[in-house]
Amino acid sequence: MNQPILACEDICFSYHNLNGETNALSHISFQVDKGEFLAIVGPSGCGKSTLLSIIAGLLRPESGKIILSDADTVRIGYMLQQDHLLEWRTIWKNILLGPEITKTLSPEKEALALKLLSDYGLLKFKDKKPGELSGGMKQRAALIRTMVMEPGLLLLDEPFSALDYQTRLMVSADIGNIIRASGITAILITHDLSEAISLADRILVLKKRPATIKREIPVHLTLNENSPLAARSAPEFQELFTLLWKEISDEYHEEN
Amino acid sequence: MNIMKKTEQASQHTTHQKEILTPQQLYVKNHHRHHHTVTILRLLVLFLFLIVWEVSGRYGIIDTFFFSSPSMVVSFFLKMVMDGSFFTHTGITLLETLLSFLLITIISIIIATLLWYSKTLSEISEPYLVVLNSLPKSALAPLFIVWLGTGVGTIIVAGISVAIFGSIISLYTGFKHVDNEKLKLIYTLGGNRFDAFHKVVLPSCIPIILSNMKVNIGLALVGVIIGEFLAARRGLGYLIIYGSQVFQLNMVITSIIILCVIAMGLYQCIQWVEHLYKKRAGS
Repeated sequence: MNQPILACEDICFSYHNLNGETNALSHISFQVDKGEFLAIVGPSGCGKSTLLSIIAGLLRPESGKIILSDADTVRIGYMLQQDHLLEWRTIWKNILLGPEITKTLSPEKEALALKLLSDYGLLKFKDKKPGELSGGMKQRAALIRTMVMEPGLLLLDEPFSALDYQTRLMVSADIGNIIRASGITAILITHDLSEAISLADRILVLKKRPATIKREIPVHLTLNENSPLAARSAPEFQELFTLLWKEISDEYHEEN
Repeated sequence: MNIMKKTEQASQHTTHQKEILTPQQLYVKNHHRHHHTVTILRLLVLFLFLIVWEVSGRYGIIDTFFFSSPSMVVSFFLKMVMDGSFFTHTGITLLETLLSFLLITIISIIIATLLWYSKTLSEISEPYLVVLNSLPKSALAPLFIVWLGTGVGTIIVAGISVAIFGSIISLYTGFKHVDNEKLKLIYTLGGNRFDAFHKVVLPSCIPIILSNMKVNIGLALVGVIIGEFLAARRGLGYLIIYGSQVFQLNMVITSIIILCVIAMGLYQCIQWVEHLYKKRAGS
């Protein structure tokens, strides 16, 4: 169980422009175990998304290393803030975008895509265009598009932030359950503290500019039923929330 | 969808009470009535114009030698159709315009793509494109004649020169404004810049390409007529210049009216393509 799938070692990153450099990340090190759900919270603009982009290999860190166990076999899936479904493609064509790009489209992939569609209750919307779906359904379709690639590590960059509050609760519960059920390792970036507590096994709190890890908080909730919605009514929930809120609000106080 | 549902409900509603219109029916009725009124008034304006033109010619208010008249235009047009000159001149102008238009579309898509691929290239070429675009292209036509001689080739080049720079700029701007996050999506799925271009940039820019084509077809016609003014022995532009030199104003005005019809027809063709695309994309 406690075998790390990902290790970040001493990651530093800064943005450059003619007025000088902005230190975004400074000496960030952490590990993620296989099957673990890690949430990263921090004040807005602290470089959380930058960190994910580095893990995904879209940006190169200035120093430090990203170590993936079995780098050849672990594929990284990435979910962005918005669904970004291509509106000129049907849902079916959208979820097969990944295999199409990597030229791995096969009958097995199509069978997997069909299974995911029916698991997530989108089968009858297969031939619809994204414009005909609700925000929550679109986000689920975006998840299928990611899952079709069979990722070993899932990166979630505030994937619920574009949804309205009720949809957000529903979809985050849905997606949380799906991820738990499939046993995928996931890293979630969010500024919603209750979302982090209800979904994650462990929470990293980042400090602002340059981002460093301020605190690591394990989440152990006593639950009758393992679901993100049930988690919100767990006895420890409020206590954790207060703790997290204190850490985050300190950041804002320091700034002002 | 919604409107259809509403009208369905509305029609069920009226089986019981035949005389009174539901608000939806009233809306549809008013909408159609307004539409008809506009069409009728449009035709009326044209009709009045033609009558005033014809009558003032007949009563000597204007000199038909300079201003022609609708009946003279019609008889000149029939004469052109009879001796076949209508088909040669209109045909050649149409052909030149379509070829220019096609080349403008293809070349500007290719160049805009290259500019999108290379930021350095686009930065280098930006001032040149801006200058060439704001230059009055008719100033270039005499040069083309010297370089390329008189002939269809020169006229097509003149047609291209009028629209190409503006077309490149507007396509490149369209390509550049595609949502960066959508491109990021392609990269996260393991795609490269080429995938990003042909899976996201090109399909999302089809509406821009189509509206750009609508502008280009009109400009291509302008360029072709300028070219024909200077370097042709056939075509509507040639007829206009020739007619004005020999004081055959019937010829000039008839040619201009044919041009109007061509311009409208070409524009409608692209409008139709756009409509087909929207219907397909919306389904």
